[in-house]
Amino acid sequence: MELPEPDPSILSKKDRVVERLREVMPARAVIDDPTETRAYECDALTAYRCAPMAAILPGSTEEVSAALRICHEEGVPVVPRGAGTSLAGGALPTADSVILGVARLNAVLETDYDNRIIRVQAGRTNLSVTGAVEEEGFFYAPDPSSQLACAISGNIAMNSGGAHCLKYGVTTNNLLGVTLVLMDGTVVELGGAHLDAAGYDWLGLICGSEGQLGVVTEATLRILPKPEGARPVLMGFDSSEVAGACVADIIKAGVLPVAIEFMDRPCIRATEAFAHAGYPDCEALLIVEVEGSPAEIDAQLSLITEIARRHDPVELRESGSDEESAKIWLGRKSAFGAMGQINDYMCLDGTIPVSALPLVLRRIGEMSTEYGLDVANVFHAGDGNMHPLILFDANKPGDLERCEAFGADILKLCVEVGGCLTGEHGVGIEKRDLMSTQFADADLDAQMRVKDVFDPGWLLNPAKVFPLAASAGRRTGRRAA
Amino acid sequence: MMRPETEAELAELVAGAGGPLRVVGGGTRPIGAPVAGEALSVAGLAGVTLYEPGALTLVARAGTPLAEIEAALAAENQRLAFEPMDHRALLGTEGAPTVGGAVAVNASGPRRVQAGACRDALIGVRFVDGRGVAIKNGGRVMKNVTGYDLVKLMAGSHGTLGILSEVSLKVLPDVEAAATVTVSELDDARAVAAMAAGLGTPFEVSAAAHLPAPVAGTARTHFRLEGFGASVAYRAGRLCDALAPFGAAETETDAGRVADLWAGIRDVRPFAGSGGDVWRLSVKPSDAPGLVARLPEGARAIYDWGGGLVWAEVAPGTDLRAALGAFAGHATLIRAREATRAALPVFHPEPAPLAAIAKGLRAQFDPRGILNPGVMG
Ligand SMILES: Cc1cc2nc3c(=O)[nH]c(=O)nc-3n(C[C@H](O)[C@H](O)[C@H](O)COP(=O)(O)OP(=O)(O)OC[C@H]3O[C@@H](n4cnc5c(N)ncnc54)[C@H](O)[C@@H]3O)c2cc1C
Repeated sequence: MELPEPDPSILSKKDRVVERLREVMPARAVIDDPTETRAYECDALTAYRCAPMAAILPGSTEEVSAALRICHEEGVPVVPRGAGTSLAGGALPTADSVILGVARLNAVLETDYDNRIIRVQAGRTNLSVTGAVEEEGFFYAPDPSSQLACAISGNIAMNSGGAHCLKYGVTTNNLLGVTLVLMDGTVVELGGAHLDAAGYDWLGLICGSEGQLGVVTEATLRILPKPEGARPVLMGFDSSEVAGACVADIIKAGVLPVAIEFMDRPCIRATEAFAHAGYPDCEALLIVEVEGSPAEIDAQLSLITEIARRHDPVELRESGSDEESAKIWLGRKSAFGAMGQINDYMCLDGTIPVSALPLVLRRIGEMSTEYGLDVANVFHAGDGNMHPLILFDANKPGDLERCEAFGADILKLCVEVGGCLTGEHGVGIEKRDLMSTQFADADLDAQMRVKDVFDPGWLLNPAKVFPLAASAGRRTGRRAA
Repeated sequence: MMRPETEAELAELVAGAGGPLRVVGGGTRPIGAPVAGEALSVAGLAGVTLYEPGALTLVARAGTPLAEIEAALAAENQRLAFEPMDHRALLGTEGAPTVGGAVAVNASGPRRVQAGACRDALIGVRFVDGRGVAIKNGGRVMKNVTGYDLVKLMAGSHGTLGILSEVSLKVLPDVEAAATVTVSELDDARAVAAMAAGLGTPFEVSAAAHLPAPVAGTARTHFRLEGFGASVAYRAGRLCDALAPFGAAETETDAGRVADLWAGIRDVRPFAGSGGDVWRLSVKPSDAPGLVARLPEGARAIYDWGGGLVWAEVAPGTDLRAALGAFAGHATLIRAREATRAALPVFHPEPAPLAAIAKGLRAQFDPRGILNPGVMG
């Protein structure tokens, strides 16, 4: 993947920029020693690395504002960073950029159960938001698998989802307010504790903008009362067509499960070898989870199993206890770990219309043979968000490139059947140059015009999201102007 | 009146427009400052173009009547979860509300507290901007973070950034049963506390509203439960227990009466045909009773969204924002004479930096300032 050349005129003023930044925050919060800046050289897309010119860890909105004002005046690009778990290279620096990390901004500012909100500093980890309210019986719904590590700011920037989003929505549906610092240091408050924001939907626009419109320092999040209970059922089928038809029938029957997860045979085999969850060896496995009181769960599960029986499952296993539930989830939850044990892998996350599932799986299988690389499929079947894991060997010359080409073909296929390039991981650098397969020039231009308004100098996380060629004029032209 | 039949025609008309355009869908929601301009109707862009019940998605051209969409959904036992308000009774308008109109004003009903607003159900748009360029964003799948979310930006933008030509919506299964649990004679502060208690239970309250005595005769605080029959009965019982500190609760399970009550709240029916101005306040729920207490003498209020949405009816011409003073949240003038809507900002004035960004966006998407100019201030 091509990365933009660093601007020598920026590199040459490193000392002055660092000195100025040290004037507005504690000296130890400004990191410029090359041995230390290496800690920020990549996110979870580890194939791409580049240490930044400097990294700063401001401790307040005021410090963020002062730092951005300086970078704005000096014309230095800024790359915001949460916990660095982006799989798309969203937090990857360039050599001429300053990383702005929010790790020190991790406090809970307010919990308000009557209004069902929590206000946190944006560097707080996703899981610790729930941790702050669970004793009172509440939780924060979006639950990416990376929730132990990832920060709310990264969740907002990527509009992250989770296993339970079929029922509870993704980040944008659970975000009520943010404190946003614009590139010139201006601080704006968007939304708050009320349910709809005034004027244009600024929150909706900021959510998913991949750190390109402003730096989020605080967030007001919706919290929800925990359900009385939850239990899954596991079912195995002879073909993905049948599994897909079963999902559609469940949804059409009026049940709204909290999660419907799909795994294909390669994935089942790999996780079985790793986690011994006792999964059946079949073409397609579904885990469907429902919530409510014990009686409500029984009623929903019996409806779901009745539907499943009509599709001749090779296995149907309803959980009757917490232990059985844990066993059913065990394999799914260790799927990524299992893959990591046997190979390097690349995780894609294109979305497809659910009805296209059989076609897409068949094509992926064919391409797998063509490219000579194995694929395992995990899939949020309720919403069509696929997670094909392409296995490759990073030590084998050419394998990464082959893997990337295969991945690109899968994503193009997702677009072709009516879906999109990314359902929850974001574009970052990874899918940047594929954007033109999904969007016409006018569509991309409309998005870039929005950035023109928020960040006219294109200094915030500039080399992401848009094809480099499409954003070139804006990135270089404006800065020189 | 201009009435394009295709998106291409729409784009051509906008590109060639010599002056301001007043965009109309069904014409049932004339919200915002009065616009002078040539009327452009999108009613000719009609029809459901894709509906996949198994994927919970529906795509329709912007001028499609909501009634047509609701009928298509009902045939598959599904519905629009955001239950868009029908503004006709409140605003005294006639015509057929369109899906594009509902999206343009982000019309969201009582289920906002559970299932989200119209913007939460909106997963894709096609629109023509003020330069006459056709643009798409989002798509037909519900998980999609590819590029910026202009979908949400278009929801509630009142036709000032672009003219919607097509929208994609996430839909949900309809429910087998619904019930209303009601507690009576609470004052506003107790009612909001009761709604907080109800919405804080795990019993999936799908709406919570309070009609004070001046509106309902006797003050009533209502909660809605929906789902499978046995589950609704169970949860209604548990909710009544949880609400016991606020008084005895009654449960209504007649489907027709439950539906009618909530449609009345959704459409603000108590203020239909009354002479006053109607404002819509979006606030932190627990702030609502204090704000209502500050309303001018003779005003009436209805609380929806657990108190987060307050409909206030005041004497014609009242500047409600001046009467309330500063508060966290915002006030929108929904119904008033033209003169009042021309004199008072309909939408809550924004802080200077945000107002500047809004202006910047309009300059990008509508450089000639021809799309519903002035509607949003
Ligand atoms: C094992 C694993 C599992 C995962 N599972 C999921 C999953 O289930 N669902 C899912 O959606 N994602 C998942 N992800 C992806 C990733 O965790 C999410 O994208 C997450 O939200 C990133 O958060 P972060 O704090 O690590 O952000 P970072 O990686 O640090 O940054 C991500 C983006 O956010 C921007 N950003 C960060 N902070 C700010 C700020 N303060 N202001 C503005 N912009 C900012 C960055 O510039 C960057 O563009 C997974 C990743 C891993 C490694």
